[in-house]
Amino acid sequence: MLADFWGAEFVLLTLPPLVIATLAALTCALPGNFLILRRQAMLGDAMSHVVLPGIVAAYLLTGSAATPVMLAGAMAAAALSALMIEGIRRLAGTDAGVAMGITFTTLFAAGVLLLEQSGASSVHLDVEHALYGNLEGVIWFDATGWASLLDPVALAGLPPEVGGLALVLAIVAAAMWLVWRPLVISTFDEGFARTAGIPVTLLSAGLVGLTALAAVAAFSAVGSILTIAMLICPPATARLMTDSLPAQVRLSLVFAASSAILGTLVAGYLPPLIGLPGTVSASGMIAVVSGGSLALAALFGRHRRPRSA
Amino acid sequence: MVEPIPLTAEPALAIRDLRVSYGANPVLDGVTASLARGAMTAIIGPNGAGKSTLLKAALGLIPSLGGTALAFGKPVGQALPPIAYVPQRAAVDWDFPARALDVVLMGMYRRTGLLGRIGKAETTAAMECLSRLGMADFATRQIGALSGGQQQRVFLARALAQGAELYLLDEPFAGVDAATEAAIVTLLKSLRDEGRSIVAVHHDLSTVSAYFDRVLLLNRRTIAEGPVATTFRQEAVARTYGNQIATAIPA
Repeated sequence: MLADFWGAEFVLLTLPPLVIATLAALTCALPGNFLILRRQAMLGDAMSHVVLPGIVAAYLLTGSAATPVMLAGAMAAAALSALMIEGIRRLAGTDAGVAMGITFTTLFAAGVLLLEQSGASSVHLDVEHALYGNLEGVIWFDATGWASLLDPVALAGLPPEVGGLALVLAIVAAAMWLVWRPLVISTFDEGFARTAGIPVTLLSAGLVGLTALAAVAAFSAVGSILTIAMLICPPATARLMTDSLPAQVRLSLVFAASSAILGTLVAGYLPPLIGLPGTVSASGMIAVVSGGSLALAALFGRHRRPRSA
Repeated sequence: MVEPIPLTAEPALAIRDLRVSYGANPVLDGVTASLARGAMTAIIGPNGAGKSTLLKAALGLIPSLGGTALAFGKPVGQALPPIAYVPQRAAVDWDFPARALDVVLMGMYRRTGLLGRIGKAETTAAMECLSRLGMADFATRQIGALSGGQQQRVFLARALAQGAELYLLDEPFAGVDAATEAAIVTLLKSLRDEGRSIVAVHHDLSTVSAYFDRVLLLNRRTIAEGPVATTFRQEAVARTYGNQIATAIPA
């Protein structure tokens, strides 16, 4: 049993979703740290929902389901939603949360309608994939066993999501490292940051852009449920464990990766072990695991602050 | 009382016809004021008079409908490096994961720049700033665990770390304990004595004469501006407050 578990089949079938889920989780958790501190958690929610109409519209306009086209469509939708949020906030004078709630539910619903009415669902786009992603469907066909990890030919046949997500993770991490100090300062005290010569508006837009990039990259692989969970749960859990921002970011990455790994393994192996038929959605299980960690941290975290009011 | 330093050719902050509206309500209705160099100036006025708005609009933090603000003769946007702004304490979330020292180090951002990292020299300088406000023992304390007065001192230490020429403070004494108030006044006076300029939004009319050299009486427009001894009089203050308060101020 255990030999089977770690055997060639594992490398072929389990390792790709495991790696992809981990990369997606890390990519989302990084900007998520600043979203929760800026009380913009809803923004991540909004971004991961508007990706759907963007992808569908891009497909309908170009007739292509190639990754760059999908990415461009999703980024355009993310930009449009950012404008809509700001527009609603200014014109209607609503709270930012209200504006986000209106924007992302409307656009997501429009995306579902568009999907149903068009021929897009006959390709690999459908509502289920939009929610759960397609982690289990990712298979490393060129793998023959653990040795394939060192085999250039087999590595060239890695599922394209791995390379794409790794690239986006590198971009997000590099950008955050570069603007770390001004981002921290403007997150804590925007007025002061402006007078200290920090381009506050540009940084805010940049954070939205990074969030959109992370959400778009994660969305196609793991779906919107997991994207939202990974943007918020690991950073929120980490926040409850420490009062140091660098430690919070490091911990959020640990929680993101461990939720992804644990969730994938539990989803794939636990149901057969306890005699249930089939497996459950890896994305769903990862989101549940990360929500469970958050619940534990809320109960036992060192730096939780129960509100008395 | 220290005799106020006379106006030089270029005031620390020269505001001309500054106008700001929130929606349809004018908050600043053409404010013109010239705030002297090397002096401690209090901005006094009732709630809603536009005191905080005046600082924010002069700094360009909120959009204005018209008017100009010059610091040391230059548009404020270009003159920002020698300006330290201390927002109201309530303007930030003190649950933010940072220690007192981290907040003070934020004051050094201009010096270190985007890629500069915090080294020993910066930490030593930041500790010195905390010491001047009696906060050295709290350097590694989480800011959310500090009292209101201690948080205000951390804000002042951050301003000190900026090494500014002009300090704009929004209600630095709001909700702080007597010891903090004394520590802040001592610091501001020593900065003033070094020739730096201080402008503070102030609420407590009973301490104006003891703390400040000059006063700007504001109620959507400038009511009066000048040395405390000649400007901070019952008649002008009554006009500023709409005749609500007329006690404890010399006639």
